Amino acid sequence: MNHNSNTYWDLIIRTKSGWFDLHLSDLWRYRDLTMLFVWRDFVAQYKQTILGPLWYLIQPLFSTIVFTVVFGRVAKIPTDGLPPFLFYMAGVTCWTYFADCLTKTSGTFITNAGLFGKVYFPRLTVPLSIVISNILKFGIQFLFFIGFLAYFMIKGAHIKPNYWIFLMPYLLLLLAGLGLGAGIIISALTTKYRDLQQLVTFGVQLLMYATPIVYPLSVVPEKYKWLALANPMAPIVETFRYAFLGSGSFNGIYLLYSTGTTLILLLFGVILFNRVEKTFMDTV
Amino acid sequence: MSDIVIQVENLSKYYNLGVVGTGTLSHDLNRAWAKLRGKPDPTLRIDQTIQQFNNSTGKASDDYIWALRDISFEVKQGEILGIIGRNGAGKSTLLKILSRVTAPTSGECRVKGRIASLLEVGTGFHPELTGRENIFLNGAILGMTKEEIKQKFDEIVAFAEVEKFIDTPVKRYSSGMYVRLAFAVAAHLEPEILVIDEVLAVGDAQFQKKCLWKMGDVSKEGRTVLFVSHNMVAVQSLCQKVMLLDKGEMVQNGPANQIVSNYLRYCLTSTQMDQVWKNQDEAPGCEEVRFRRISIQINDQDNNMITMETPFLVIVEYWNEIPAACLHITLHIRNEQGIVAFTTGSCQEPGWNGQSLEKGIYRSICHMPKNLLNSGRHSITILVVRDLANIIYMYEDALVFDIVDNRDRSGGWFGKEPGVVQPYLEWKTEYVGSKIPSQRLLKR
Ligand SMILES: Nc1ncnc2c1ncn2[C@@H]1O[C@H](COP(=O)(O)OP(=O)(O)OP(=O)(O)O)[C@@H](O)[C@H]1O
Ligand SMILES: [Mg+2]
Repeated sequence: MNHNSNTYWDLIIRTKSGWFDLHLSDLWRYRDLTMLFVWRDFVAQYKQTILGPLWYLIQPLFSTIVFTVVFGRVAKIPTDGLPPFLFYMAGVTCWTYFADCLTKTSGTFITNAGLFGKVYFPRLTVPLSIVISNILKFGIQFLFFIGFLAYFMIKGAHIKPNYWIFLMPYLLLLLAGLGLGAGIIISALTTKYRDLQQLVTFGVQLLMYATPIVYPLSVVPEKYKWLALANPMAPIVETFRYAFLGSGSFNGIYLLYSTGTTLILLLFGVILFNRVEKTFMDTV
Repeated sequence: MSDIVIQVENLSKYYNLGVVGTGTLSHDLNRAWAKLRGKPDPTLRIDQTIQQFNNSTGKASDDYIWALRDISFEVKQGEILGIIGRNGAGKSTLLKILSRVTAPTSGECRVKGRIASLLEVGTGFHPELTGRENIFLNGAILGMTKEEIKQKFDEIVAFAEVEKFIDTPVKRYSSGMYVRLAFAVAAHLEPEILVIDEVLAVGDAQFQKKCLWKMGDVSKEGRTVLFVSHNMVAVQSLCQKVMLLDKGEMVQNGPANQIVSNYLRYCLTSTQMDQVWKNQDEAPGCEEVRFRRISIQINDQDNNMITMETPFLVIVEYWNEIPAACLHITLHIRNEQGIVAFTTGSCQEPGWNGQSLEKGIYRSICHMPKNLLNSGRHSITILVVRDLANIIYMYEDALVFDIVDNRDRSGGWFGKEPGVVQPYLEWKTEYVGSKIPSQRLLKR
């Protein structure tokens, strides 16, 4: 048997492999691990605080109330003719999921340094599990939102949910993809620039105001609309509101643009992440 | 030769000891801005380029360290390869590369089969989760699927002996139980190649023994083991082949016995077994007494090692400046933990009755019998005592030496036995009969 033929060996460890050598099949092989991480996050959190799930509800409720008072009552920003409370809550629900995915995955390398230094497994399982376990939280908040929606409809508010609500799973996928993509890019960069981590929370805050969360896209002056739409989050949030509340702007092209951006961000993120995971351990 | 499972070729790895980039975004932006304007890099030190050059020519410098240099070797299926060397030799680095925790700087490793690595026990254990939950989590981290873990679950729990606590959060475990559970999970992995870094240093003696047995079994099943340890007895009894690393280079690679004894001999260099002072003024001591020579001598001249079965002499020569003094020398023998194993004094000489010594040079010799001290590093503190009560001079750690464990315990426990001393005592077991009335036992 020829030892130099690469088919004999199952694994060849070299200094660096190609940019596109992503080992995504490994990720599939370790799918049990991904799910166990999800489950661990859930169980550990549940064991530590009984208030955990309750907190999930308090958080968006509080933000929504603050927004309603500050932007609705005081600043009097129009809400496309929708009840302000529902308008803000729709935005907050979407945004929380995206922001959670981004901030939590951005710390992947730093928070798991101990584990990564001792054992090999596809590192992407960690951010992936974060995105998945946050779906649970999103689910609870989403049902909460649906509850309020029903309440407002019974009270006869002017709301028209439509067939676009079937796009919901797709919107969720986009939110997850965007959060994950941006998060792992930042996580890869934080291994080089430690001060980036502190910027993340602040950056996400800023980004929220650049996204039509507290204002509808329709109030953005025509001159700056392109700028608002360059943000891939904008079409997602607008579509969400359009589907569930029946008012706002919806445009298939914009959504397609979001999809493209998500894919590019994800691909770029995975490549960068794979680069960093090989030598990251030497620098901690 | 189709049974080679690991082939390593010219493997090297260097680590940056200094800061790689500047580590913060603001500095690097600063740097990029300076570059754009054509100014010199404000954060680069002048000597950095020189150092880089030095490294490519092989000299070590402050900012880089070659943790591994040009290592090449092969491992066959079913072999247990021991990897030994002093602290910082690069053993862990080699295992880290093989287990893909970090990438090499150059060179290549080719592997056939699945590798599981155990660089630390209990990696990924979550304190809030129960033993049962952690078995699943840890197993998955080490590369098992849920199904595999389910099949092995009972075996793992039995091996770890934690049945009673299996539904208790591991934060309530004693550290020994924690280690046991962690090792049990790892021991039941079924990879073709198992890579283990010094994880057996923890856990109690009985459990260590069990682990080593388990490792022996693993290789009998045709699986390959790479094993790093500082426990020479374990290495010698488990491994057929041993690789000795020093400062990142492979010094020797060959049969276990030979390499281990070479290594032990080479380790003895940091001991201090003979000190001579020609000049009385420079010698340690006080006004009354100065040392002339302090040494340990071994009768067996062709072997420079002290094993547990080597008798040796401690020789103390001194100048006595006091006329008609009642002097004697006392030795305190300490082990690695600083525990005094025993003390002994020249006043124990038969016929010693406190007779006074005239001025001049004296020599006291103490015979250390074989089978007395346990293995490991020891030191001797020498005291000069006057009138059986006053310590007039104390020379701490005057002698430092290692005792090597060479007792043959093939098949048995090959870790270090506990205890300060390891005497061979007289034992006798006799047959007393097949049925003994209990009174007879009591009467005796
Ligand atoms: N992440 C790192 N960054 C910089 N230097 C490192 C890093 N890891 C290891 N080193 C250096 O590489 C060398 C080899 O280390 P390694 O851990 O492989 O030693 P070892 O043989 O396992 O030692 P020990 O017996 O103490 O476990 C050491 O000099 C160490 O300082
Ligand atoms: Mg080590």
